[in-house]
Amino acid sequence: MRKILQPILAVVLGLTLGLGVTWIAGESPWHVLRILGRGAFGSSYDFGMTLFYATPLIFTGLSVAVAFHAGLFNIGAEGQLTLGALAAAAVGALWPGLPAPLAPVLAGVAAIVAGTCWGAIPGWLRARRGSHEVINTIMLNFVAAGLASYVALYLLKNPDSQNPETRPMGAGYLIHQFGFFGGAPVSAALPLAVGTAFLIWMLLWKTALGFEIRAVGQSESAARVAGIDTGKIRILAMAIAGGLAGLVGIGEVLGNAGKFRLGFSPDYGFLGIAVALLGRNQPLGVVAAALLFGALHKGTADLDMETEHVTRELSLVLQALIILSVSAEGLWSWMKKRGQT
Amino acid sequence: MAEGFTAAVELRELSRRCGNVAANAGINLRVEPGTIHGVIGENGAGKSTAMKILYGVMQPDSGDIFIDGKKCVWTSPTDAIAMGVGMVHQHFMLAGPYSALDNILLGAEPRRWGMIDRKRARARLEALASQYGLPVDWDRPIEELPVGIQQRIEILKLLYREARILILDEPTAVLTPQETNDLFCNLKKLRSEGKTILLITHKLREVMAFTDRVTVFRAGKVTGEVQTAQTTPQELASLMVGRKVVLNINVSPASPRPEPAIEIAGLSLAGEGAGSRHSLSNVSLRVNRGEIVGIAGVEGNGQSELLQAMLHPRDARCRTSGTVQFLNEDVTAWEALKIRDLGVAVIPQDRQHEGLLLERPVSESFLLGLQRNPAFSRWGLLNSGNWQAAATRAMKEYDVRPGDLTMPAGRLSGGNQQKLIVAREFQRQPRVLIAAQPTRGVDVGAIEFIHERIVRARDEGAGVLLVSFELDEILALSDRILVMYEGRIVAEFNRGGVSERELGLKMAGS
Repeated sequence: MRKILQPILAVVLGLTLGLGVTWIAGESPWHVLRILGRGAFGSSYDFGMTLFYATPLIFTGLSVAVAFHAGLFNIGAEGQLTLGALAAAAVGALWPGLPAPLAPVLAGVAAIVAGTCWGAIPGWLRARRGSHEVINTIMLNFVAAGLASYVALYLLKNPDSQNPETRPMGAGYLIHQFGFFGGAPVSAALPLAVGTAFLIWMLLWKTALGFEIRAVGQSESAARVAGIDTGKIRILAMAIAGGLAGLVGIGEVLGNAGKFRLGFSPDYGFLGIAVALLGRNQPLGVVAAALLFGALHKGTADLDMETEHVTRELSLVLQALIILSVSAEGLWSWMKKRGQT
Repeated sequence: MAEGFTAAVELRELSRRCGNVAANAGINLRVEPGTIHGVIGENGAGKSTAMKILYGVMQPDSGDIFIDGKKCVWTSPTDAIAMGVGMVHQHFMLAGPYSALDNILLGAEPRRWGMIDRKRARARLEALASQYGLPVDWDRPIEELPVGIQQRIEILKLLYREARILILDEPTAVLTPQETNDLFCNLKKLRSEGKTILLITHKLREVMAFTDRVTVFRAGKVTGEVQTAQTTPQELASLMVGRKVVLNINVSPASPRPEPAIEIAGLSLAGEGAGSRHSLSNVSLRVNRGEIVGIAGVEGNGQSELLQAMLHPRDARCRTSGTVQFLNEDVTAWEALKIRDLGVAVIPQDRQHEGLLLERPVSESFLLGLQRNPAFSRWGLLNSGNWQAAATRAMKEYDVRPGDLTMPAGRLSGGNQQKLIVAREFQRQPRVLIAAQPTRGVDVGAIEFIHERIVRARDEGAGVLLVSFELDEILALSDRILVMYEGRIVAEFNRGGVSERELGLKMAGS
């Protein structure tokens, strides 16, 4: 019970602080709160956009959470999702004529494989070479961004557009979009994300591999003495994390744009860290936290347009305040534990 | 001594709760000045809590501390040391690369014009060292000094801070028998100079030999305070455990079969860095099924490296050359999990870090290493029913208390943590048992239990390799004894074929 209550309290605290900031900026907190709520949930379109933003956050939140269970900090979800999206778009650009059931499956597999490989690299470097995954994932984010620019601007450039993007993929690639969200691009990627969260829950809590991943994260030395190949588990966990981030490409490329657009992600990969933190690295918690961050993202976008003093940057301030109060809550229980011993 | 004398230390009705447990419930303790006072008790009996309160890292919920008859309230060890109360921890609090001198000064540097006045400090320390007969090489980095000397430096640190009351927590756990003798000679000298010493230990032999009075703790209370000369080890053990305990289990002679359980040939591990000595050099040994082979030695002479090399022979960080065979299979190139699946059970040296998932429920520590066992998982899916049922059964059979499977393993007492590990490892029906320090820091009741299980495993045909730094344990259990020194096996004895003194000398490399 407390495990659920504390993150909720942290969110309320963060939101209150955030409204305090808008009040200082000269907006009535009540007014701001109303716009936020209406922006995120006011119409079927608004709610659809909330879900649209939440979908990639579920994937990246799960990605960070799985790595975290293995005792690894995946800051590379941004790069992994970039390459996932790029790979899906590349398949579509190279073979635009493929028919429906085959095309999206092939592109989806490409997205997963690309993300998996990009995640496995820092996993391998950590396990076999001992270099820290935080540094390697951050650096690989830059490599992925550079690679994506090169492909989108030179190899697969869309000749009919001024924007940095790849050639559109054929119609056979696009996956189902739900009609009842007033045009918001909510696609089959959403149920895929929720289903994936369930599978990850199964993996972590119901399988021997998941137990091994968690054992390595809890105590590498104990896992090693127990005969678990800790290096292999670390590589695997990072590969799974990468694959999860790569899945973002399905929603964006196959379910929304139909091509790879440079800079499509408003830092989904980094927000995934906050989502995992708020969701306590539990798949169900990640889904809930992703919905909250999706709603914040959509709501604060409206604030920018509908208020005088509050700009888009406030979205980040709000999110930051929530993250801070969540981590402060962790700090608080840690201090309490210390006081006892 | 009669009441009415001012006690050096007096704890009156000290109580302290830790979570839901009353770690101390009305502790009364009186220590006469100029004596060596033993404090004994099982793990979790509350002796550490009482000592932590006494030197200021913990505050009591209620009760009072009197030092030399004066009531004291303190909020940190700094207050305690100002009143002359200091502690030597079981794990030394030393900065490895610093010299002995700097380690002693750290935190109490004499200053002159903003600089450390080493000259003055040195003169004072040399006077102290000669007064108490504790010579030390002041300028060597402390990590290069033997443990016995490091401990001496810890004691000097307290004397330098003018401590009159010294608390020593398990001071002999890491010492050779010779170093232990030196330590107790020094303690006696300190006593004759008027210092008061509290000795926390679980070794009844040391209590009997070196203390004047003993206080026994059990379950947060004091169950007895006796004059050492008027008690027996048996009586103390019963006070500690609350029932009669067999101190030395009778080990029947082994009937080894000629089948080898463990065969190691020419095992070596190069030291780190060029030119450093080998951590393991050319170790060969054989353990037959149905016998216990003990490896005696002072901690840090290659025992952990030997175990690592046996369990991870593939790993280049664990083995540079040599072969490892279990049960007639050459496993040198095998993965660790496959080796364990042959029926190799391991009681690791450091139960907290190598044996358990401390923050996770007990049931998960029970599963660790067994997660791929067909009884507990199929097609990679865990069979929760079987797993929980087996864990419940094992907790009962191995008397792990409390038997709550959802409690974090880190909250169990040391003895119960160890029994949990034994319970798990014996699920494998071991044909080979590697037990490293199986009873370190464990109470007498659990020691008795674990020793019985090890002997029973032997009698059921397992080959047992026992690594222990406790001479008593090695002598009591081993059918054959090998001595390790600086990464080599330097001597071999049969049961009864060696005296304690001779073994101690071999362990020290002579």
